[in-house]
Amino acid sequence: MELDILGDSVVTTRVDHMVNWARESSLWPFVFGTACCAIEFMSTAASRHDISRFGAEVVRFSPRQADLLIVAGTISYKQAPILKQIYDQMPEPKWVISMGACACSGGFYDNYTTLQGIDEIIPVDVYVAGCPPRPESVLDALMMIQKELQNDSLSQERKKEFTGRLDNV
Amino acid sequence: MFKQLKTVYKNAEFIEKSHTLILKEDEIFEAVELTHSLGGEMLLDITIIDYLDYPSPPPKRFGLVYIIRHKDFKEYIILKTYLSEPKCLSITSIYKAADWLERECYDQYGIIFENHPNLKRILNHWQFEGFPLRKDYPVTNGQYCTQAEDLMPEMNRRLFEKGLITKDHDDQYSESLKDLMFINIGPSHPATHGTIRNFSALDGETIVSNISEIGYLHRGFEKSCENHTYNQIIPYTDRLDYCSATTNNIAFAKTVEEMLGVTLPERAVFIRVLVMELSRVINHLVCLAAQLVDMGALTNYWYLYNPRESAYTFFSKLTGARLTNSYMRIGGMSYDLYEGYEEDLKQIIKEVEAGVSDALSLCEHNRIFQDRTQDVCPISAAEAINRGLSGPNLRASGVNYDMRTASPYYHYEQFDFDVAVGSVGDIYDRIMVRFEEIKQSVRIMKQILGNIPDGKICVDNPAIVLPPKTDVYNSIEGTMNQFKLIYEGVKVPAQEYYGSIEATNGELGFYIVSNGSGYPHKVKVRAPSFLAMSAYTSMVEGSMLADAVLNLGSINIIAGEMDR
Repeated sequence: MELDILGDSVVTTRVDHMVNWARESSLWPFVFGTACCAIEFMSTAASRHDISRFGAEVVRFSPRQADLLIVAGTISYKQAPILKQIYDQMPEPKWVISMGACACSGGFYDNYTTLQGIDEIIPVDVYVAGCPPRPESVLDALMMIQKELQNDSLSQERKKEFTGRLDNV
Repeated sequence: MFKQLKTVYKNAEFIEKSHTLILKEDEIFEAVELTHSLGGEMLLDITIIDYLDYPSPPPKRFGLVYIIRHKDFKEYIILKTYLSEPKCLSITSIYKAADWLERECYDQYGIIFENHPNLKRILNHWQFEGFPLRKDYPVTNGQYCTQAEDLMPEMNRRLFEKGLITKDHDDQYSESLKDLMFINIGPSHPATHGTIRNFSALDGETIVSNISEIGYLHRGFEKSCENHTYNQIIPYTDRLDYCSATTNNIAFAKTVEEMLGVTLPERAVFIRVLVMELSRVINHLVCLAAQLVDMGALTNYWYLYNPRESAYTFFSKLTGARLTNSYMRIGGMSYDLYEGYEEDLKQIIKEVEAGVSDALSLCEHNRIFQDRTQDVCPISAAEAINRGLSGPNLRASGVNYDMRTASPYYHYEQFDFDVAVGSVGDIYDRIMVRFEEIKQSVRIMKQILGNIPDGKICVDNPAIVLPPKTDVYNSIEGTMNQFKLIYEGVKVPAQEYYGSIEATNGELGFYIVSNGSGYPHKVKVRAPSFLAMSAYTSMVEGSMLADAVLNLGSINIIAGEMDR
């Protein structure tokens, strides 16, 4: 009996590598778009910049079907519990891109109504600077996530230690 | 309107420049009633001024301001009074637009409007304590909200008023008489275009009662303005209606220039009209693109959005930014047009025309499109005026009101263009008015191209405009001039003034209270989206849930401008 009966139709790899490859090529974003940055995200998705080149064009509006949260725009204190709830409803594994100055730090809205950065309430993986950032920066952030998740392993617990201002209230 | 009012209130002080009539506190309600009966049918804005720490304060702390436009749309009047205590009578019985405007005054300043049907917070969250726009509220004092507001009590009250539920003797609401279903859409839902929450009671698929909750993108624009110089406010105005940022720049800069009493050079006026019309085009493009996606017509998104991308490229060449341009300055603008701009603009115009014609060929005679939009969610002309609608939404109802023709500025009377007017005021009219306005704006742009006069782009006044960099680096006067202007800002003489232009979504106005320094005492935005949203409930009640989604797209709510 010949040993190479399966020929080239089998490729051996590690489970982690294969799972990460699949995740990397099909990130499904949930766009939490609130303001100007959401308009720039529309540009990122439209044909000139075309986010589907990176496998992330399947924009989901249900958090339960998404694994990448893109927070595009200002988050006010009124909006904060909604964002927190959306994040909590997303299944693991999940990643968060904070798009634009407002989401990262409150931007130039240092006032009574604007949350001073979404990392007060949820963990963030990649911060994108700009007001609003150009679509290229968003694509760059997406590629950083894709690179980062290659180090993930099924044998390790992904869950991060994070307690935000709206946890345990 | 002014003359008759002035004869009735002979003793009242009248300020000619700002069209302001200052009345006694007990006269104001009747004055508003009288103004309405004299043809002042459109309430533009209501606001409060807190005079705490004002350099020459009036005897009372709070000023109450009504801005009312006459039904011929040529003149407006500002009725003003001082409140001895933080309460006054509600004018919701006269103007339906007053409903949300008064709620905002209550929310921000803590003024109680007696007889108001539903006086509660609107922009800030329900757990918020204090009144943020009062001068003694610290600007950075944020307050966390832990959960969204329960809208069921308000819904029960509305259903009770409509006779759909009853009350028992303990004042408890009974179960609904019909088998109603309650559905919450937003604030994070693709159909809400951002940040609006709608809570509806459905009978089958028909909306019997609806509540809209806004304020999810309230970013404290007006409070932030009080801590910045006039030129520093320009970037904040970008982020009001962020789909056409330069239009807001122009509205603000024009108001301040009118307060200063300066006239722009011709070249600057032409450049402003050019970029304003281009902004109008790209704003309508994104509105229509998103609207048609809501309808399931995804292809139009690519047809309409790609020309917008080309316009972005033009804007980044001209101003350095794609979306939030900050192009204008008080007294002019930051850069002159670049070499070769005409070819770029001609190319953009070609792409816009192609995109619009492609999209129209898909939907204009499309049976599905017509069935879904015609006679759906209509609003009559009288109702639209009473609710303070303006811009394309008002024109769709058949009202020929466009500030560019009604009270022309920047030579609009000399351009050859038509005002697009609808007839029914349904979703179809609102969409088609926008398509037509794109074509008309293109017409104006074509008339400007090749005819821009030479000359300066800023007024020639060192107290307003920064000196050229060669002066700053090479002479002490230039350095001092730059230093003073940056640190102290453009000093605007103390006054109160309302200035407005026809922005993409309607009449965008700024009511500015200056105190003689480089920082405004107060800036209030007359936001067309805010009033359009307040009319939304009356438009969708009685229609289907799926139509309500289309209607929200058709009135083009831009949350940055609505919530400020």
